[in-house]
Amino acid sequence: MTGLWTLFYKELLRFWKVSLQTILSPLVSTLLYLLIFSHVLEAHVQVYPGVGYTAFLIPGLVMMAMLQNAFANSSSSLIQSKMNGNIVFLLLPPLAYWEFFTAYVAAAVVRGMVVGLGVGLVSMWFTALPLAHPLWTVLFALAGCVMLGAVGIITALWAGSYDQMAAVQNFLIMPLTFLSGVFYSINSLPPFWQALSRYNPVFYLIDGFRYGFFGVSDVSPLLGLSIVGTCCLALSLTTLALLKSGYKLRN
Amino acid sequence: MIPAIEIRQVHKRFGSLHALRGVDLTVEQGEFFALLGPNGAGKTTLINILAGLARVTQGHCAVLGYDVVTDYRNARRVLGVVPQELVYDAFFTVREMLRFQSGYFGLKNNDAWIDELLHNLGLTDKADIYTRLLSGGMKRRVLVAQALVHKPPVIVLDEPTAGVDVELRQNLWEFIRRLNRDGHTIVLTTHYLEEAEALCSRVAMLKQGQVIALDTTRNLLSAHATTQVRVRLNPDRLPDALQPLLAGEEAGWFSLVLSDCAALEGVLATLREANVAVADLEVSKPDLEEVFLRIMGKSA
Repeated sequence: MTGLWTLFYKELLRFWKVSLQTILSPLVSTLLYLLIFSHVLEAHVQVYPGVGYTAFLIPGLVMMAMLQNAFANSSSSLIQSKMNGNIVFLLLPPLAYWEFFTAYVAAAVVRGMVVGLGVGLVSMWFTALPLAHPLWTVLFALAGCVMLGAVGIITALWAGSYDQMAAVQNFLIMPLTFLSGVFYSINSLPPFWQALSRYNPVFYLIDGFRYGFFGVSDVSPLLGLSIVGTCCLALSLTTLALLKSGYKLRN
Repeated sequence: MIPAIEIRQVHKRFGSLHALRGVDLTVEQGEFFALLGPNGAGKTTLINILAGLARVTQGHCAVLGYDVVTDYRNARRVLGVVPQELVYDAFFTVREMLRFQSGYFGLKNNDAWIDELLHNLGLTDKADIYTRLLSGGMKRRVLVAQALVHKPPVIVLDEPTAGVDVELRQNLWEFIRRLNRDGHTIVLTTHYLEEAEALCSRVAMLKQGQVIALDTTRNLLSAHATTQVRVRLNPDRLPDALQPLLAGEEAGWFSLVLSDCAALEGVLATLREANVAVADLEVSKPDLEEVFLRIMGKSA
């Protein structure tokens, strides 16, 4: 297990050493969303009865920040190692593929959680949030970070250039996280978009996470957790299979 | 005794490129072994297969008896590889890199050996500097230190002295020689053939994915031993009887190629009979570079 712990620690240290870019920067940009949207919409929109728009928005933004940063952590670390060639330092030692997976995903979870917690704490200045079901909150947060940490590894394994990496981030991850009910309830959408949103796993992450705070959600949290859990498992198994096969790592 | 490295009928294909074509090679424990060949011969591919960086298409490889595919964790534990590419992780200092590499090999408290490595490779004063800030030669030393951090019994160095200054090259070889004397098996690829000649007891030559020569350095040198003699004569003419030995003539010097040193006696006798005096004479033995070029040329 020393190998796993070392790789996990190295991954933590990697993002900690550039924390201005990896923690502070996403924290500030997420808070800017909060500042602008809550200022513009607080007086006009109420999604759930008795819940102000700012309060509604905060869990969505926290989850979005967690997901984007969990993805960014595993993907950027791995693609940089691949492009710079220093991935060889991980391929030469007797690290097992599951240790590789666990260390990268765990570090992605930590970064996602640190940024999410940071956004959550600072947003307390804006409005007080209830915490109806803390366990659900933690469960959905964990599942989201694991899921996007795994997607980050898959993407970095597949990508042959920084450009391909950025394409996945900008054309897949960003739309999936933005169009998932961060800023609105899907019940307010026309039927077509509402139906389409239900195919987006990120929607269930945000809806379930929000349920942890308000005890209210668009779909049953149990259904949400089942879908999210299945996605998590499928993505983790896919990542493990790719790592075991040496996909684009070992010729 | 279990061989340090055993390579059996290894084939490697990259699409239509047949990079290795049935390589057979055994390196015994404690050997200092050279793997030579022109660019694209398959040396690095072979090393990558041993290290698990590339998958074999056919055949099998083992390090100290551990199969590099089915028993990869043990195989990697006993192998240290200095890669050819000058790679580094920009985020970390030299000491951090060495500690991480120790941890990946399952070693927790390895600072004493890390300090010794830093000292032996002249890196002590660079220990807390980011690797990205080091010169090329220093980065190469860090790569060597990383490969040795788990004290592997088998060490593979893929062109470790490429782009390295003379002083470091000497220091590095002194250190590697010591490791070899302590029982470590060393496999080396290099473009500096005089290094292989000075250091290695056995040599394999690879060309287009095949081993075309495999023998002790001494045997290879003596098997291709031709003695070259350069003479200046008075009068300045070579007797007809010696013309078949003439390899070239330049500025009054005749270059003759003899099968061995003993043939020199016959040359001198012929000159005496022809009343030609020797004004000056130089005798030279072939080096590994000539043998290498000759073998590569023959197999063309």
